[in-house]
Amino acid sequence: MMGSENDQESKEKMKSLFLREESDPFTRSDQSNSNYRSAMSTLSDSRHPSIVVTPANSDPLFAPQSRSKPNGGSNRDSSSSSYLEPPSYADVIFSPFDDNSEINGSDDGGGSSRHSQSSDSLSRSPSSLTSDYIKITVSSPQKEQESTNSMIPGGNTYVTYQITTRTNLSEYNGSEFSVRRRFRDVVTLADRLAESYRGFCIPPRPDKSVVESQVMQKQEFVEQRRVALEKYLRRLGSHPVIRKSDELKVFLQAQGKLPLATSTDVASRMLDGAVKLPRQLFGDASSSSVEVVQPARGGGRDFLRLFKELRQSVSNDWGGVKPAVVEEDKEFLEKKEKMYDLEQQIINASQQAESLVKAQQDMGETMGELGLAFIKLTKFENEEAVFNSQRVRANDMKNLATSAVKASRFYRELNSQTVKHLDTLHDYLGLMMAVQGAFADRSSALLTVQTLLSEISSLEGRAEKLEAASAKVFGGDKSRIKKIEELKETIKVTKDSKNVAIREYEQIKENNWCEVERLDRERRADFLNMMKGFVVSQVGYAEKIANVWTKVAEETSQYNRESS
Amino acid sequence: MESTEQPRSISGSMQSPRSPSLQPYLSVSVTDPVKLGNGVQAYISYRVITKTNLPEYQGPEKIVIRRYSDFVWLRDRLFEKYKGIFIPPLPEKSAVEKFRFSAEFIEMRRAALDIFVNRIALHPELQHSEDLRTFLQADEETMDRFRFQETGIFKKPADLMQMFRDVQSKVSDAVLGKEKPVEETTAAYEKLKHYIFELENHLAEAQKHAYRLVKRHRELGQSLLDFGKAVKLLGACEGEPTGKAFSDLGTKSELLSIKLQKEAQQVLMNFEEPLKDYVRYVQSIKATIAERGTAFKQHCELAETTKLKEINLDKLMLTRSDKVGEAEIEYREIKAESEEATRRFERIVTRMEEEIVRFQEQKTEEMGVAFHQFAKGQARLACSIADAWKSLLPKLEASSAV
Repeated sequence: MMGSENDQESKEKMKSLFLREESDPFTRSDQSNSNYRSAMSTLSDSRHPSIVVTPANSDPLFAPQSRSKPNGGSNRDSSSSSYLEPPSYADVIFSPFDDNSEINGSDDGGGSSRHSQSSDSLSRSPSSLTSDYIKITVSSPQKEQESTNSMIPGGNTYVTYQITTRTNLSEYNGSEFSVRRRFRDVVTLADRLAESYRGFCIPPRPDKSVVESQVMQKQEFVEQRRVALEKYLRRLGSHPVIRKSDELKVFLQAQGKLPLATSTDVASRMLDGAVKLPRQLFGDASSSSVEVVQPARGGGRDFLRLFKELRQSVSNDWGGVKPAVVEEDKEFLEKKEKMYDLEQQIINASQQAESLVKAQQDMGETMGELGLAFIKLTKFENEEAVFNSQRVRANDMKNLATSAVKASRFYRELNSQTVKHLDTLHDYLGLMMAVQGAFADRSSALLTVQTLLSEISSLEGRAEKLEAASAKVFGGDKSRIKKIEELKETIKVTKDSKNVAIREYEQIKENNWCEVERLDRERRADFLNMMKGFVVSQVGYAEKIANVWTKVAEETSQYNRESS
Repeated sequence: MESTEQPRSISGSMQSPRSPSLQPYLSVSVTDPVKLGNGVQAYISYRVITKTNLPEYQGPEKIVIRRYSDFVWLRDRLFEKYKGIFIPPLPEKSAVEKFRFSAEFIEMRRAALDIFVNRIALHPELQHSEDLRTFLQADEETMDRFRFQETGIFKKPADLMQMFRDVQSKVSDAVLGKEKPVEETTAAYEKLKHYIFELENHLAEAQKHAYRLVKRHRELGQSLLDFGKAVKLLGACEGEPTGKAFSDLGTKSELLSIKLQKEAQQVLMNFEEPLKDYVRYVQSIKATIAERGTAFKQHCELAETTKLKEINLDKLMLTRSDKVGEAEIEYREIKAESEEATRRFERIVTRMEEEIVRFQEQKTEEMGVAFHQFAKGQARLACSIADAWKSLLPKLEASSAV
């Protein structure tokens, strides 16, 4: 009678959606969207959202003049009859799982950023005013084998992913191309970028997830990684400077083996692993603020200097407290402090957003189950009816049940929207890590400078002592003089290094400043878009749900017992 | 014992009498719950106010103090005396919640007890019950005494007789080799029993989900509160215009959290409680079905025994035995009992037929009201959610334009 099979199906779907959500609510929407994504990808290079159901002028956001209606216009009587107020957000919103987040580039100006906000999963604000774009997709994971001779039959297998890029940036040769890369290549890319773009807020790459790769099902893990890689590459693509970098270009375009120097620096590899270790041990797989001043990110640096710097910053611990760098720039310290606070609040907000999503999900689920229980009751009463009063009751129950099921569906749709919007918070956690990285670059560059300065001063001290000692020897001390010569040579070289280090430090400071400015601007816009998107979808679905229940209230109005 | 009064219907508090002095009415309300006693001994007392113009009652208005166990006494007495009638159910004893005694729990219990007494006062047969009058009018000491008698260890003589008879019939069953329990097997009654038992399952499930829904409202409210707070803190870190936007968002979120908590309570009182009441009612019907089963068994067995005695008597008469006199007396006694048992059984059957009709109609009405209130509540909630969020949009719009 009620199509209870469909409801069972949707109930199953509900359950499976919920189960996946338990691991990470923010990848969930991507997973369930992937079918729609491939369908959408052909439409995606338009700058206009392909999902808005009604003409633009019914959306008060597009047409400011119609906005006055919701507040002024219709006189609402406080009783039950009409809760619809034109323009109704219920009309603006939209089919479920609309995903228009393919475009990484900038839309023109502020106007289209509003276009994209209601549907964009990464509500990115325009990063430039041109119509450049770069769209990156990661797909088709495949198992491959190492071609090196191996005693072990079957050899070493690894997974490669197809990385497809569509772009109109002039730095790239061509507008559409595809390569296959493995995760190790991504690590290489990340390391090379970290070296070349010190001081920049570079989005953090996906974790190596050693523990997870053992524990999870292979398929699930590969899928999770695919999603993470895609997110990472898209973030790189949306960075105005990095999207044009040689490293990224080569990664996205060069066929065959990735022509970037691999990370042979064992020390930094070790450090990378070691820093990640506490997080793995304490089960914090999500980003957290582990503040460690790592000496010289990236490889290819002087091994010896590395350890000297380690010694210098000896007060580090894994809990991440203050490095031994003497930072005197008050403005910088304040900014750092602010960034730390901001990060804490974003973490907190992101957690509460997760709880909110779960609560919405649960509400929808229980509402649906209630509806199903009443559908069963309806069927039962109708089958067993002896009296007319039973049939009347069965009918009343049916109205309630169908509305409950409808409302349940709306809650779930609302929730997938909410996830998309509040995902912005989660995204910014990653970006806050990038800021940390940028600040760490600055600190480590300063550390280098200070190390060199102290080295110079100790070398000069030794030279002085030798000169004084040699002067006491009449006629000159050949061996000592030779030593002094060598020392003076070393001092000169070290001073050159120091000058280079200072220049680099200044450059990094400059990079820091620009990046932080840009980030602040973008974050402001992104957060506002997020709020708007969140609020609009809440309004739209609340109205839809209100309609559903108003109908039932009308259908049961004969039972209204309220006096007056 | 059976009431010999004419079953004139008395209007209760729900039917407005045209002229109060002429139309007989009986209106009862349970009010003013007050917590008395300490710790484990704590209990709640209620004021029961009776307004009536019936001659059987003392005066136009009477106020007494009653506690939960008094209501239980009334229910048990009515169950004993009015077999076949679906006695209105009582809210659960709930030993656990008693300790917490939240305001909401007390109010819900009061409302349930009020409904209980009113249902009795409106029932065409039950409203004439002497026990009802006792309950509504006796002073507290008398009430205590009655209550103690009922729940005391000493059973009344009637109960003892009944137990004896049960044992007797079990023995005779064994002797006569009767293994199968005696049960009615009419199609209509079978259908009814099946219906009632199935109905309980369905209702219990619906009630379970209704209760969960109440929890979901509370959880959503809590998460909105936490989210609001977090977002406000985030706003404090950010400069303008984001900071103000976050602050507004957080404030709205906290506001909506309050609305959700309120709605949770409404759903509990006006939707989940009626469903629970429905379940209890069905359980009360099951108890009546059990009574009918017992009555049927007695009727059958006594009829059997009577027949045996008759056969025996005839035999004795034929043989001109001097035991005839004794046997005749025994036969007459058993016959009277059997007729009585049959009457009792038939009365139960008749009553049940009427009760079922009333029950179905009553439930349709009560469920309709519950559904209507639930739908209205949900619609109101959704509207205020929409309005609250909507009011933010102009501000957000203005902030983005900056």
